[in-house]
Amino acid sequence: MSATRRDFLKSGALAGAGLVIAFHAPETARATDLAAKDTLAPNAYLRVTPDGTVTVMIARSELGQGTSTALAMLVAEELEADWRKVRIEQAIPAPVYGDMTTGGSASIRSLWKPMRRAGAQARELLVSAAAAQWKVDRAACHAANGEVVHTASGRRLGYGALTAAAAKLPVPADPALKDRRQHRVIGTTPARFDAPAKVDGSAVFGTDVRVPGMLYASVAQCPVFGGRAAGFDPAAALQAPGVVRVERVGNGVAVLAKSTWAAFRGREALRVTWDEGPLATLDSAGIRAKFAELAKQPGQTTRKEGRGAAALAGAARTLEAVYEVPYLAHTPMEPMNCTAHARPATCEVWVPTQSGSGAREAAAKAAGVEPRAVTVHLTLIGGGFGARHRQDHVVQAVLLSKAAGAPVQVVWTREDDVQHDVYRPATYNLLRAGLDASGAPIAWTHRIVAPGIATQMGFLKQGEPDWSSFDGAANLPYAIPNLEVELITHDPGIPLGWWRSVASSQNAYVTECFLDEVAAAAGRDPYELRRELLKDKPRHRAVLELAAQKASWGTALPAGQGRGIAVHESFGSFVAQAAEVEIAPGGAVRVKRVVCAVDCGTVVHPDLVRSQMEGGIIYGLSAALKSEITIEQGRVTQSNFGDYPMLTIGECPTIEVHLAPSGDPVGGIGEPGLPPAAPAVANAVFAATGKPVRRLPIAAG
Amino acid sequence: MAAIRLIVNGRTHALDVDPGTPLLWVLRETLGLTGTKYGCGAGLCGGCTVLIGGEPTRSCQIAAVQAEDQSITTIEGLSTGHDHPLQQAWIAEQVPQCGYCQSGQIMTAAALLAKNPAPTDADIDRALSANLCRCGTYPRIRRAIHLAAKGGAR
Repeated sequence: MSATRRDFLKSGALAGAGLVIAFHAPETARATDLAAKDTLAPNAYLRVTPDGTVTVMIARSELGQGTSTALAMLVAEELEADWRKVRIEQAIPAPVYGDMTTGGSASIRSLWKPMRRAGAQARELLVSAAAAQWKVDRAACHAANGEVVHTASGRRLGYGALTAAAAKLPVPADPALKDRRQHRVIGTTPARFDAPAKVDGSAVFGTDVRVPGMLYASVAQCPVFGGRAAGFDPAAALQAPGVVRVERVGNGVAVLAKSTWAAFRGREALRVTWDEGPLATLDSAGIRAKFAELAKQPGQTTRKEGRGAAALAGAARTLEAVYEVPYLAHTPMEPMNCTAHARPATCEVWVPTQSGSGAREAAAKAAGVEPRAVTVHLTLIGGGFGARHRQDHVVQAVLLSKAAGAPVQVVWTREDDVQHDVYRPATYNLLRAGLDASGAPIAWTHRIVAPGIATQMGFLKQGEPDWSSFDGAANLPYAIPNLEVELITHDPGIPLGWWRSVASSQNAYVTECFLDEVAAAAGRDPYELRRELLKDKPRHRAVLELAAQKASWGTALPAGQGRGIAVHESFGSFVAQAAEVEIAPGGAVRVKRVVCAVDCGTVVHPDLVRSQMEGGIIYGLSAALKSEITIEQGRVTQSNFGDYPMLTIGECPTIEVHLAPSGDPVGGIGEPGLPPAAPAVANAVFAATGKPVRRLPIAAG
Repeated sequence: MAAIRLIVNGRTHALDVDPGTPLLWVLRETLGLTGTKYGCGAGLCGGCTVLIGGEPTRSCQIAAVQAEDQSITTIEGLSTGHDHPLQQAWIAEQVPQCGYCQSGQIMTAAALLAKNPAPTDADIDRALSANLCRCGTYPRIRRAIHLAAKGGAR
């Protein structure tokens, strides 16, 4: 994980940041096949071949979010391509592509300009080639639907017939891009390129990679975080059928075998003595108690408006609440895995990763070769959600391949995945609000105690407050005159990672639920109070109003049911959701319906926006209702989907997604659908029961 | 090792495998049919679902020898060229996101439709509630099954 994610998180103005179209860079040829005769490949992002096929290079990872289809649309838009002739190809990480990290809902935002410029460069060359052939002014020609047309005469030439001549012309550095009113591809819904292979079993994920002569490996890691293998006895493992060798790797011990099953069996037989290290007494109750103790003292102020916390003293009425969220695992359906073939001077890696460039660097270091000697093949990815920025399984595969002198596929078990993930931090939040005599909120304070992801990864300057803890809290949009957000960073030592929507995953819940407590204390409708406090935030307010209207806010519900609403901005997009819940006599919560309104600026592919909203809501509902990682004796209590459950189809509510594009710059879509889901549901439970939900998951009470 | 005979997607294979090996790994690594997925190894996620004699079965929970001489269908054998109504409906509704669980979802749905050609939402929820999808494609899975039941995607 590089600092790039931080830039994505912090900045809306990131189009093209750090990415340049480089020409004829030594490593470009590998990705774009420049050598192919008569092929037009003016940059690293596309090539047009004499048969008219346009191949778009995807310099991001396809995790299911549809980015490969959407990125191809950006090229096709400016290229004036015939969409039926557009293909995609996964790019191999190389310097020409810059940081090939897929995260921060930033793929479209970061490549919005480069991909369109790449298409425009090819379009200009094709038009020039046609004009030269016809001996007419190039301004008399235009490109449309995979052809260049001489506007006056109607003569036309397909792109395929022009590639050889176009390839000989100088590439324009910065061709004009279309005004958005001229878009004919952006805003449409072509079918996803990856769907057919995902319904017939032919899609190749990381675990599906097969390399001749490969071995399969399973790695025993210390159940306690930070522990290491003190010693091991390989004898029993080596007797298991199919087991080839046992190797120490990193802090663990690997069993290499002729099949995955044999490696799993051999690992069960393996005897390892663990040095459990300093965290062996850590438990969730102790972590919680420490957070509560720390919350008694002031923290570092990350935002202050008006008189901040001091204004509470002048309030006619104050309220206070503590909100808590647990550690969470990602549990993508495809467990962590990597296949590597380390040779003396080169290394080849096949891996489902959200950071192709990070995998390249990690593999190079592990193999002891230069990054340029490493080829990383990005496979399709069986779910990311932030879990696949880490590279430890890449390092394991490379080291084991070196040791074995053969290609090795490391596959983690589901138990490894649940117990050795990098987790969404648990946080503890102390909130206070002050109302004046008329019931209007005049003060809001929020003290966060949390382990910081960016802190743990060493991304911060000395003294810099950890944005990966306060994002989504410090930018509270409500017009409350006195406001103070404080942060106390405390890390018990559990490994942390980016988890879909990062700090917004907890801070939207905490702030939006406490706002409903404020509304209740003031005797106000929570939707009407939000509207009033968002009078200067038109994008928040527009989605809030749309969600409320579509959810028939204010209409009566049967007894035992409740309706809640929440709005949140993250990753450049604004999302509001209204949820309806039903409380069973025993207290069990069933979510019946979620209505979502989203403004992600300019929409590239409306159906992909809908699918990401659906996915974000359902991922958020699992966390709201069910998921919790707890620690006992320094290890994770949960182990598989039985005790770390997710939402099932039978529990999935009706979901309606309404697009309210503002036409502003493109926003992210992979993450922003998640943050409002938990508070909308928790507020609906509050409405139904009169009891605020101050701790997630709801099932934990 | 033991000699076993498996009938997969209409073809008979004589194989020599460690007798306790789950069918999942024989399909994936001995026969190269990687469309059937490992997700949990404990029968909890449904990613490894295949049909044995038409019944949806967790291939990670059954030893290959137990499936001997029975008709096994994997996602690769569901149709030729995406022409099963469910595969067509899955594409029409643009169901897959990451796609990893979809083989298991489709195989379970195929068994449902074979028995119940017009399932209700409740029927679908019952049949597929042990097929987990972390991406959240459930609303589209429901729509696609209804569409296939109506023959609408052809």
